[in-house]
Amino acid sequence: MNFLQPIGRVFLNFLSATGKLGLFTGSALSHCVRPPLYFRIIGRQMFEIGYLSLPVVGLTAIFAGMVLALQSYTGFARFSAEGAIANVVVLSITRELGPVLAGLMIAGRIGAAMSAEIGTMRVTEQIDALTTLSTNPMKYLIAPRIMAGVIMLPFVVLIADIIGVFGGYLVAVYKLGFNPANYLKNTWDFMEFHDVFTGLVKASVFGFIVTLMGCYHGYNSKGGAQGVGAATTNAVVSASILILSTDYILTELFFAGK
Amino acid sequence: MNDAQPKIRLRNVQKAFGTKKVLDGVDLDVGKGESVVIIGGSGVGKSVTLKCILGLLEADSGSIQVDGDEIVGADAETRERINQKIGMLFQSAALFDSLPVWENVAFGLLAQKKVSRAEAKDIAVAKLAQVGLSAGVAYLSPAELSGGMQKRVGLARAIAIDPDIIFFDEPTTGLDPIMSDVINDLIVKTTGDVGATALSITHDMVSARKIAHRIAMLYEGKIIWFGPTAEIDRSNNPYVDQFIHGRAEGPIKMRLRA
Repeated sequence: MNFLQPIGRVFLNFLSATGKLGLFTGSALSHCVRPPLYFRIIGRQMFEIGYLSLPVVGLTAIFAGMVLALQSYTGFARFSAEGAIANVVVLSITRELGPVLAGLMIAGRIGAAMSAEIGTMRVTEQIDALTTLSTNPMKYLIAPRIMAGVIMLPFVVLIADIIGVFGGYLVAVYKLGFNPANYLKNTWDFMEFHDVFTGLVKASVFGFIVTLMGCYHGYNSKGGAQGVGAATTNAVVSASILILSTDYILTELFFAGK
Repeated sequence: MNDAQPKIRLRNVQKAFGTKKVLDGVDLDVGKGESVVIIGGSGVGKSVTLKCILGLLEADSGSIQVDGDEIVGADAETRERINQKIGMLFQSAALFDSLPVWENVAFGLLAQKKVSRAEAKDIAVAKLAQVGLSAGVAYLSPAELSGGMQKRVGLARAIAIDPDIIFFDEPTTGLDPIMSDVINDLIVKTTGDVGATALSITHDMVSARKIAHRIAMLYEGKIIWFGPTAEIDRSNNPYVDQFIHGRAEGPIKMRLRA
């Protein structure tokens, strides 16, 4: 029965890690609502997550929109349904591609950076130093990052939505020969508040996931450079998987039966 | 506070990591204004002892009191209150690399909201002068400083809040002999100026002899000798003799694995 031993060990480790993450999440959330709040650090993190991520997310969004228009055209032309391209682009970008692509890009940019920074602070005793200086690391390091992620991701995704739709417009008008006014009118007519709003709610949830995973893996990193490297990888991989799986759950919740 | 009551009191402190017992009934008293150094080889539990007193690690059992307040099992608020009267110089200095030197030094003051930022900056510059660093250093990043300068900044940070108690974790490790002596002099001077109780851990006997009133030797999780610095050469303890003379032969066996 020795083969059961490693299975049991893996299962127990999984339960232990889940419990640890649950406690970490609870503690982080409680520090988000309990004063004092470090507004200076929240502001700095909002700038990092929001403003400095715009070039990466913007580039991703514009190319996603352009590819979407091009691919839709090649597919829809077979059924003489080219007119639906504006609909497909705006729906796909606002509902799915905007929040998911922005979430994944920010997981790579911000989640990795957070994990590396906090992990380095852990292995160089800077987090211990915070405690000795009467500063709760959860309140000083973790809560501001999570709050900034939850607040800023919807703004980033809103801009990504606009840029993505604009990318589709560029290809439709300048490559495929659509009438600009008609394309814009179709886009506007098909766009619904519910689509944009649910995309922004998803963005906020993804912001929570990315910052939580970055902070959790960094905070619990062990050893030296290797430990920090592993924490960074784990932060990006776990955030990416959680974003995609949560996206499905949220889509079920928002759009099931519609 | 009763004058007879030690500033720091440890009784039967035990701490294990898994099956490895690191502290196995540590007893220690540190009187008010006294400087005690814990010596011992690598891995005997010196840092663990310090971390248990600071609340960075939770002792498994026993009692740790600071000014009569129990630390073992204390809640976060009690620990934070106790830590407000403690300064700590970390082995690696553990300076916050995202902050300039002056903010590192003034961090405790700002965290405790005792002063405004402008006042904190003035105090930081004064503390830097106390450890022999010019005002120009205040605006540098910790990464721009040498190891010796980082230790001095760490010392300035430790004394910035005029603490009752200062902990020194391997204060001279990694420094050349002259810089080590400079740091030792600064420790004696600054603890004298502040009138603080000091508890240090080191395996540098030159440093221990210079900064300690009393020396305790930790071996296999227990204090095996505790006495005045002047008497350490007459301890009649073969473990202490071997350690202070740095002999490979003796009762302390290095565990070498082939």
